[in-house]
Amino acid sequence: MTSQTTTDILILGLAVAGILLAFTLVGEALRARQPRGTSNPVVEAFVMRVHTWWGLAILLSLAVISGRIGVILLFAFASFAALREYLTYAVKRRADHLSLALGCFVILPLQYLFVALDWTALFTVFIPVYAFLLLPIVSALRGDSQNFLARVAETQWGLMICVFCISHVPALLTYDMPDGSDRSILLIVFFAMVVQFGDLFDYYAGRRFGRRRIAPTLSPKTVEGMVTGVLAAALIGALLSWTTPFGVAGAAAMAALASLTGMFGSLVFAAIKRDKGVKDWSHLIPGQGGLLDQLDSVIFAAPVFYHVTHLVWG
Amino acid sequence: MSDVASLPRRIAARIVGHALAFVARFITAVRADWRGIEPVAKQRVYYANHVSNADMPMIWTVLPGHMRRQTRPVAAADYWLKTRMRAFIGPEVFNCVLIDRRPEARTEVPMAKILEALDEGSSLIIFPEGNRNMTDDPLLPFRSGLYNMGRARPDVDLVPTWVANLNEIMPKGEVIPLPLICTVTFGAPIHVAEGEGKDAFLTRAADALKALAPPEPRP
Repeated sequence: MTSQTTTDILILGLAVAGILLAFTLVGEALRARQPRGTSNPVVEAFVMRVHTWWGLAILLSLAVISGRIGVILLFAFASFAALREYLTYAVKRRADHLSLALGCFVILPLQYLFVALDWTALFTVFIPVYAFLLLPIVSALRGDSQNFLARVAETQWGLMICVFCISHVPALLTYDMPDGSDRSILLIVFFAMVVQFGDLFDYYAGRRFGRRRIAPTLSPKTVEGMVTGVLAAALIGALLSWTTPFGVAGAAAMAALASLTGMFGSLVFAAIKRDKGVKDWSHLIPGQGGLLDQLDSVIFAAPVFYHVTHLVWG
Repeated sequence: MSDVASLPRRIAARIVGHALAFVARFITAVRADWRGIEPVAKQRVYYANHVSNADMPMIWTVLPGHMRRQTRPVAAADYWLKTRMRAFIGPEVFNCVLIDRRPEARTEVPMAKILEALDEGSSLIIFPEGNRNMTDDPLLPFRSGLYNMGRARPDVDLVPTWVANLNEIMPKGEVIPLPLICTVTFGAPIHVAEGEGKDAFLTRAADALKALAPPEPRP
């Protein structure tokens, strides 16, 4: 990694640390305003979330500083943890045991190996084509037809969502910067920041002045919240345009696109959770439920961001 | 058992124990749900449902260290003494109370060994169904051991402990465990009531355990 790239990563890391420090101070100030011996659940939830963001930001920074392998391993583990949460609630029977084990212990590592080796052609078709055809065969060989289509469809959805889509984040590393530098790793930081901050503004604006619900039976998301979130993401994207090859207007547009697809992604996940009757996917991340609850917007935004980057700036 | 083992063996047992707990956590992200009791070092008998050989390691993994050292699983001697590796893991890593299941050949009465462990202050993990449950019913009928323990040592809390999802993580006959989230739920302790009969108590104990099971997922 060139020293310029490392410096830029450090600047971004310090900026994130500064924002989180501000959040921490706000949280502690709100806490201090509570009468002695009492606690406000909203404040406590906020403080807990900020602590979790510190953890996630430190984890991502360490991965990015350690370079390609660190980023790929981090997202491979994120895929594994997400798939574990997803499959816990998926329709499955004894006959699927081998195909599910193959999905977790063979398909998932291979997908990340293809990312690491930069085998783009295989990386884009491996799960949608080969896993899609192979795993139903493995299940069918055990001869159990009950709910067969639902079982194989849910397995395939899990692999698409938790492995294929998430692997598009580290796949941004394989993007060749137009100036030939090794700054594609900064695209990951850009992507993660605009999606996360878009979500954050959506959440708080929606609570503060959101009126019109987008899908009232599914989620508390409002039109006002989403518009605020997307605009905030575009603004942050423009401010961070120096990390990207997009230019100022392009970076703002890409940030808005990533934020918007991400928000619709979390709407889809709200529908899945409602269907399965679960509130949170697991208890892995304190204050935020499971990893899937945290990553739902990243999952939908990543492939779109990846492909638009390649199509328009490739 | 650990008193007579040499120091290197005891250190090896501790390392293997931590490694097994790490693997259990890595695959299942196993988590304790303390619903009826607090995780404090009180003498207890954890009685659990049994669908897989991984049940006991899961309960063992979620117990905090200070409770884990005090807790001994009750297990079958014929299983745990079959190979040298099992004879190391069962008695030394998990510090099992080994019970001979063959009435015709055994030299010690199982209940005497169990009560001896309780009188030394240990907590126990037992599987009152006796065998692994391979049926679609949530529980097999309980054996009488739990009742006998509760009668003989009425001060000890009998804690229902439901291990969720293991029948899907590792069904019998499968070698590779699936990575699914596993939850171990600890319910409110029960005791044998004054004058309560064996069947009435065992039904009550089984109901208390079944009540901790999560609802079946919708297809």
